[in-house]
Amino acid sequence: MEKFVKHTGNALPLRRSNVDTDQIIPAVYLKRITKSGFEDGLFAAWRNDPAFELNQPQYKSATVLVAGPDFGTGSSREHAVWALQNYGFKVILSSRFADIFRGNSQKMGLLTVILPQADIEKIWQEIESKPDTQITVDLGAKTVAYAKTTLTFDIDDYTRWRLMEGLDDIGLTFTKIDQVSRFEEKRLSFKPKTLPIR
Amino acid sequence: MGKTLAEKIWSEHVVAAAAGEPDLLYIDLHLIHEVTSPQAFDGLRLANRKVRRPDLTIATEDHNVPTLNIDKPIADPVSKLQVDTLRKNCAEFGVRLHSLGDVEQGIVHVVGPQLGITQPGMTIVCGDSHTSTHGAFGALAFGIGTSEVEHVATQTLPLLLPKTMAINVEGTLNEGVTSKDIILAVIAKIGTGGGQGYILEYRGSAIRALSMEARMTICNMSIEAGARAGLIAPDQTTFDYVKGKAHAPTDGDWDAALTYWKTLTTDADAKFDKEVNLNADELAPFVTWGTNPGQGLPLTASVPDPDDYSNAEDRGAAKRALEYMDLKPGTPLKSIKVDTVFLGSCTNGRIEDLRSAASVIKGKKIASSLRLLVVPGSARVRLQAEAEGLDKVFLDAGAEWRSAGCSMCLGMNPDQLKPGERAASTSNRNFEGRQGKGGRTHLVSPLVAAATALKGTLASPADL
Repeated sequence: MEKFVKHTGNALPLRRSNVDTDQIIPAVYLKRITKSGFEDGLFAAWRNDPAFELNQPQYKSATVLVAGPDFGTGSSREHAVWALQNYGFKVILSSRFADIFRGNSQKMGLLTVILPQADIEKIWQEIESKPDTQITVDLGAKTVAYAKTTLTFDIDDYTRWRLMEGLDDIGLTFTKIDQVSRFEEKRLSFKPKTLPIR
Repeated sequence: MGKTLAEKIWSEHVVAAAAGEPDLLYIDLHLIHEVTSPQAFDGLRLANRKVRRPDLTIATEDHNVPTLNIDKPIADPVSKLQVDTLRKNCAEFGVRLHSLGDVEQGIVHVVGPQLGITQPGMTIVCGDSHTSTHGAFGALAFGIGTSEVEHVATQTLPLLLPKTMAINVEGTLNEGVTSKDIILAVIAKIGTGGGQGYILEYRGSAIRALSMEARMTICNMSIEAGARAGLIAPDQTTFDYVKGKAHAPTDGDWDAALTYWKTLTTDADAKFDKEVNLNADELAPFVTWGTNPGQGLPLTASVPDPDDYSNAEDRGAAKRALEYMDLKPGTPLKSIKVDTVFLGSCTNGRIEDLRSAASVIKGKKIASSLRLLVVPGSARVRLQAEAEGLDKVFLDAGAEWRSAGCSMCLGMNPDQLKPGERAASTSNRNFEGRQGKGGRTHLVSPLVAAATALKGTLASPADL
């Protein structure tokens, strides 16, 4: 995973709540067997609308998505995270994220930052009036800064450390694999097995 | 202080724990399908890793497969490549796979329970958010992303213990009201984000009275309330359902399992982080009018007016939803005409669902203005339905009788709504374009789906 320490970039306002993963990447785009090439499917249905923010030239270079509450609800498809990353987004700001989407983002190094809705509203106003506003997200300092405003956010220390170091989650688990073996020795014997086929 | 059921199952699966770190949780069963697994297997290959326990892993083809002509090669080359990739990966990593055409093939969440590999007290994961279905057995079951699918090669996942919420449903359901209506009412009450960070435990006399399959419908849609998982404590209904299934414990193992399963209840002195109460007697057949599963109302209601919402977020969402759904405030829900009725999915594609819809449809014809698509949740469900003559009931009424798969629930295969088409669907999500680009979805129970198919407008059997 690529390290995430600090990012500065332009932002795109997405004034919609409950943006589900079917909107982020519709199911018909999920047939690829790679993690790349999903940018064309990002918000596919909404991109037919010229007024949709992603189609507006002033937000063309945005790398920070400022979303409404309950972003990423629905399906567990990690393709939603890949599509956002493939398109170029590095950070998503929202007042509420769906659990699975947030977990997937943290595995892939896409930073999801939770801010109060009132702050999201202020950021929307700022970037709508001045689209070239730069937002700096500093994971080390746990801050989001734009114009003259600096906001702090919470993230658990373990996830922050893993993101900042770009650590392979599976590799970390392999360091504890002896404990997995010991656990397996005392598992209840009647728990089902899929093999052999019965 | 005692423990909730979720906390009990969790603590019995902790492999390693350290302050400030997620617990490393042992996974008893990993379910795999074609859509969320190819990149995970690629990752394993790149790192030269194996699947630690193929004997705790099972795969099926469900999401993108056609429900017609299943004896022929898959026509869509991209779908075919994805399915072929699953077949190749399962062969290479030694994973049991039930392919299209295999009698055990079907929607992954229908297959697990029917094989008896879904049992109380287990941890179960799958790269699919509706894995919460298996919680109906008192198993801790939740959806994961592809990175985690890859991680389960270690047979563990690092996870933080969610909070717990009790959903207490007391009373007796009226005739024509089903578990689908319970869960739609729960989601309407707590909202699509209401369950975020929680494991829900459904409790109370109305839940106890439900069959296993009806319980699966409820737990299935826990994710639609934002919850990571939904649980129902196992009881005699659960034990009777599991007993005799292919992978159920036998002989001495059965007795040991039963003794253990009976301990899987929330302790009397346990405390939930939150409790929500519903009165089953007050529930009615429910239908969604909007574009998220929380936008639902009793079928007797009318389309709401966005201006009546005090919360700006809800108002905006309702406005957008009505625009997409092409509905006007004040329109009686029962006057809404539909073009397609979809009966199927991991929510309502089991044999009891087909039986209840068939009981309404038997001897009648569907409205000439619509099509009724009946898609059994698994090949076994299809066979059982045919043994009971249900296929004939549907076909005689003018419906299409299909082979098993996710089908129009997410429209990854050819079963899709056309732009502007409106469906009454027994599935789980009414998101924009979910069932086909530009398609409009009203979520309903199998009983409402059947009555709607006959009437042509949203209806319950009582309206016939």
